[in-house]
Amino acid sequence: MKVRDLTELAARNLREALVRNSLTTLGIAVGVASLVAMLSLGVGLQELANKRLSSSGLFDAIFVGPHINDRGFGRQRTTPVSETEERPLDESARAQIAKMPNVQEVYPEIRFNTEILYDGNPYMTMVAGIPDSARNGGAFDGMQGSFFSSPSAGEAILQIEFARQLSDKPASLIGKEITLRYAERQSLPPDATSTNSKSPAAKSAASNSADPKADANPPDAASDLSPGFSVIPRQEKLRIVGIVETEPAAGFGGFGRGRVLIPEIPAEKLSAAQQNDLREILRGRPNGEHTFASLTVRVKKPADVAAAEDAIKAMGFSTFSLLDATKNLRLVFAVFDALLGVFGSLALIVASLGIINTLVMAILERRREIGILKALGASDRDVRSLFFAEAGVMGLLGGILGVLIGWLIGAGMTFGTNVYLARQDLPAIQISSVPWWMVAGAIAFSIVVSLAAGLYPASRAARLNPVEALRYE
Amino acid sequence: MNSQNGLAIRTDAVSRHYQMGAALVRAVDAVSLEIRKTEFVALLGSSGSGKSTLLNLMAGLDRPTSGAIFAHDRNLATMTPDELAQHRGHTIGIVFQAFNLLPRMTLEENVELPLRLAEIDRSERATRVREAIGRVHLEARLTHRPAEMSGGEQQRAALARALVNRPTILLADEPTGNLDSATGDEIMLLLREINESLGVTIVMVTHERPRAERFAHRLLQMKDGKLIADGAAA
Repeated sequence: MKVRDLTELAARNLREALVRNSLTTLGIAVGVASLVAMLSLGVGLQELANKRLSSSGLFDAIFVGPHINDRGFGRQRTTPVSETEERPLDESARAQIAKMPNVQEVYPEIRFNTEILYDGNPYMTMVAGIPDSARNGGAFDGMQGSFFSSPSAGEAILQIEFARQLSDKPASLIGKEITLRYAERQSLPPDATSTNSKSPAAKSAASNSADPKADANPPDAASDLSPGFSVIPRQEKLRIVGIVETEPAAGFGGFGRGRVLIPEIPAEKLSAAQQNDLREILRGRPNGEHTFASLTVRVKKPADVAAAEDAIKAMGFSTFSLLDATKNLRLVFAVFDALLGVFGSLALIVASLGIINTLVMAILERRREIGILKALGASDRDVRSLFFAEAGVMGLLGGILGVLIGWLIGAGMTFGTNVYLARQDLPAIQISSVPWWMVAGAIAFSIVVSLAAGLYPASRAARLNPVEALRYE
Repeated sequence: MNSQNGLAIRTDAVSRHYQMGAALVRAVDAVSLEIRKTEFVALLGSSGSGKSTLLNLMAGLDRPTSGAIFAHDRNLATMTPDELAQHRGHTIGIVFQAFNLLPRMTLEENVELPLRLAEIDRSERATRVREAIGRVHLEARLTHRPAEMSGGEQQRAALARALVNRPTILLADEPTGNLDSATGDEIMLLLREINESLGVTIVMVTHERPRAERFAHRLLQMKDGKLIADGAAA
């Protein structure tokens, strides 16, 4: 029999025992719905976690430091330092990295202690520079006020806890001015230190020393040292444009511990003295050129991390990224999804027993009809296909209905969660997601399970002896 | 060859035995006969004589325990299940005492069913359905379901369904058994008309000898599974 005829006959047969077949189909729908609801929860939570982690900037970022040989705690330098073997992490390196494909931006970590003056009162706190890319990262979603009006604006965003120190009504701070007091670092001219190192006292100390190593030092070795810098107090007025509820992206590579957030460009221009400046004095450039303790490289998407990391390593720098952590996260969610899928499938398996029961009952009821079909020329395969088609149609309808119900359950879970979160003054989230692959997969799975359930009844119907079937009343 | 010799059906010592507990029932026991093309044969016998079993063997609904049974020149005993289904769908048409129409389908749909099973093209189906229904004069009942038709109309509908695939052999199992005398005669007239105008070979099982003598060309008498008489109708 042709597929169209088979489908028409199957649909007609299903319509005849409408109540029973509808209940069986509903059973399948409930099974598929439980599967879809479970998986939508798993996928939704995974998407939520991915979104949150992506917005944290941890997974599309590479943290670049100078070469590993002379970095690291307690490591001894294994090779002599020379211009050729160690490239400084300076402005030229930063520019070169910024030109790499898929690199969005490259910025140093700027974080320094400061004193904020507001309403005549001083407050000690930490300032952090925020790159403009953070605007779209989601870390500032739900903030009061707005993000910086431009990448170089003289504006500040306060962390809520710090804002509460300034005012009982943090929202009222938006639009107000604060004064930032900080220590500006100014490089000393190279002559200043070389003169010092070549002072008569120093020369005398070197010549009078009995230590042969001291003699081995060339007279102008001190010229390799950084010229150092002086520190000058400065202040800058900033306008408060926003207040962020949670500390955005605390932790490695984020903007953690910064209670006052300012745009990265003006933050760099401040040349504020930072804690790692002392280290730079010891290993700085003889010409006084500024080098970075580390740079953060942000790529377009996490998949670009590996290639960019390799290219930066080839330049002679050490790198670190949390790419492996995302892989582990995917593995955890894959296991989580599999477990949810197994529990969801249990209901579908129970529903498949309903299909078997319905079709076996149909064989008993339609025994004579099967005999007539065979007398009219139906082959065993035709009869088997007819019962298969009926199971398949029930699976298809149950699958479609089940996906719809499953989607509604997921939407209900999201709604319920958001009602609860709203009561807790927390922003709304999407905890369930039904992507197209899940819709197609659930319907296909429903049809496959239904066909498998129809195997036994269909083969039993096909094996019926037509003479006995025609005698059946 | 049988067909070349003008034979529609030939049985060669065909038997159908059943095991009923310890007893062996010889429903059909070594029956040999020949039925020529276009012949109208009545198979007579009392209840349990084996006439319906022999008809089922000719239809390919059952398989012989031993012997051979040929429809045209093909041995049904050696056919695969699919080949037997083909035989039932294309070579023969069957009508039953109980009509056996599918109650949920209209007359038109019931008649179309063998065409669906035989995978006849849709464009051809409507013509063939109308032609078969016209032959049994039920044009006014196209959309009626069996329950909305009389017994005589249902048997005519069953005849239309049996003829729609243009079979060369029509097997009828007590076609007038559920009908009153006048309606039974109408069906018998229709069978004779089909036999004469279409040249279809008819084998009809009945226990009504007078009606068989009136309409059939030849009478075969069975008793206890054996063929005990074979002769022309009076």
